[in-house]
Amino acid sequence: MKFLQKAEEIFFRVLMIIASLVVMGSLGSLLLTVLSRGLPYLDWNMISNVPHGGFYIGREGGILNAIVGSLYISGGATLLGLLASIPVVLFMNVYLKKNSWVAHTLRLFADILFGIPSIVYGAFGFTIMVFFGLKTSLLAGMITVALLITPILIRAMDEVVKMTSQELPEAVLSLGATQWETSKVVLRQAAPGLFIALLISFGRAIGDAASVLFTAGYTDAIPTSLSEPAATLPLAIFFQLSSPIPEVQGRAYASALILTMIILLISLVARFIRKKFLKNIA
Amino acid sequence: MDSTQHISVRNLNIHIGKNHILKNINLDIPKNKLTSVIGPSGCGKSTLLRTFNRLLERTEGVLIEGEVLLNGENIYGMHADVTQIRQKMGLLSQRPFPLPMSIADNIVYGPKLQRFIRRKKQKELVERYLKATHLWEEVKDRLHTPASGLSIGQQQRLCLARGLAVNPEIILGDEPTSALDPISSQRIEELFMQLKNNYTIVLVTHILRQAKRISDYVVFMYLGEVIESGPAEELFLNPKQSLTKEYMKGEIS
Repeated sequence: MKFLQKAEEIFFRVLMIIASLVVMGSLGSLLLTVLSRGLPYLDWNMISNVPHGGFYIGREGGILNAIVGSLYISGGATLLGLLASIPVVLFMNVYLKKNSWVAHTLRLFADILFGIPSIVYGAFGFTIMVFFGLKTSLLAGMITVALLITPILIRAMDEVVKMTSQELPEAVLSLGATQWETSKVVLRQAAPGLFIALLISFGRAIGDAASVLFTAGYTDAIPTSLSEPAATLPLAIFFQLSSPIPEVQGRAYASALILTMIILLISLVARFIRKKFLKNIA
Repeated sequence: MDSTQHISVRNLNIHIGKNHILKNINLDIPKNKLTSVIGPSGCGKSTLLRTFNRLLERTEGVLIEGEVLLNGENIYGMHADVTQIRQKMGLLSQRPFPLPMSIADNIVYGPKLQRFIRRKKQKELVERYLKATHLWEEVKDRLHTPASGLSIGQQQRLCLARGLAVNPEIILGDEPTSALDPISSQRIEELFMQLKNNYTIVLVTHILRQAKRISDYVVFMYLGEVIESGPAEELFLNPKQSLTKEYMKGEIS
């Protein structure tokens, strides 16, 4: 019996270590590939220039258009997503009763939306655009990506708010606060977690190609208004990667490297902000 | 109606879904006394408490019938203002929940909901209510640090102070010492003994000895019904109902 227990313990321990190694290994080798293939092509020109003529056959230029476009679209989409999801989360957790079927239904809907592939959001966004006679634009891209990340935001923030405890709202209500005043305290309590949820969504937004394919379009220029089309990094990677020219393929990896670094940078800045400003709260 | 009754419960029935949780409760809670509600777990004592400050209705599927009179007015009446009712009752829950802000802000949060308060006055409020709960000496040097940094026992006293700062008439305690160590529990009990001269206190507890130590009146509940209620001494020394006797002897729990 003792031996069996011990063997079992060791077996599962080894299993867990292997699984952890697989996770770390795949991330490591992915980063390594992007680094080794992209780094030789990464230079200041890539970041500071828009594509010049013949860029896609290996001539001069960079992907500033896609960097700026991606930041615009993800930033705008995250903002729109927050505007839509925070009210839903507060409604489910503060305003509705415990075990309310409306809240259950909302969670179910968010879960289903969560699982829909982004190409479907892209197609949906495109249908709407056609209906209203709109062309591919920054705004259409923002709205479509916002649709994509809203369920992610809702579910992530919902979990955070639920975890901050069901009893905090009661404590606040007992002091004679209205539900809206209670919501503000709940948001404050959940702030660090909400921040993480926000980041996850931003990462998802900036990395998604399919939803912007039909909606934001692609252009070599940096958009100057919401009604102009906008390039995005995932699409820039896609277009360059499908080229047969080695130079352009290398630039695709350099673009992937830039995208990865943007996400890394944002995570680091977020961690810093969280440590510096939000620790007073929870 | 007797003017010394602060809360009166009349024919109160509570259903949650198909369950009949509280059965025809009739009860008077006297003003500026400490009334303990005792009984085995699941007997509905917490539910009763939560009908007083109308937190119960936040649960789905609750049906509330009957009347709860606060100073003679039905809190479930048509014109009852739920935030005003809650302001009149401070709640102390099983575990303390400090608000996600500094110690000082925890105290002034409630008063600031009602009116604008000058900084100087805010400081006074903080000092007054922290002194009232004997917390002042322990925290006066760190009033602007997060309240979550306090020990659980200190947090519970902060929650009491926070509740007192809204100027309630009644303090509701839902097993407020159950998460605390013995010394912290004793401090809360001592505070209740002092506060009961100026406030009506309703204390739900499953600790019989605690109820004996500090109650003026006792309500014994069993399976959703009030079995017996009356002055503490009478009920503890001379219970009329056999169920009460059995519970006191520890035969039912």
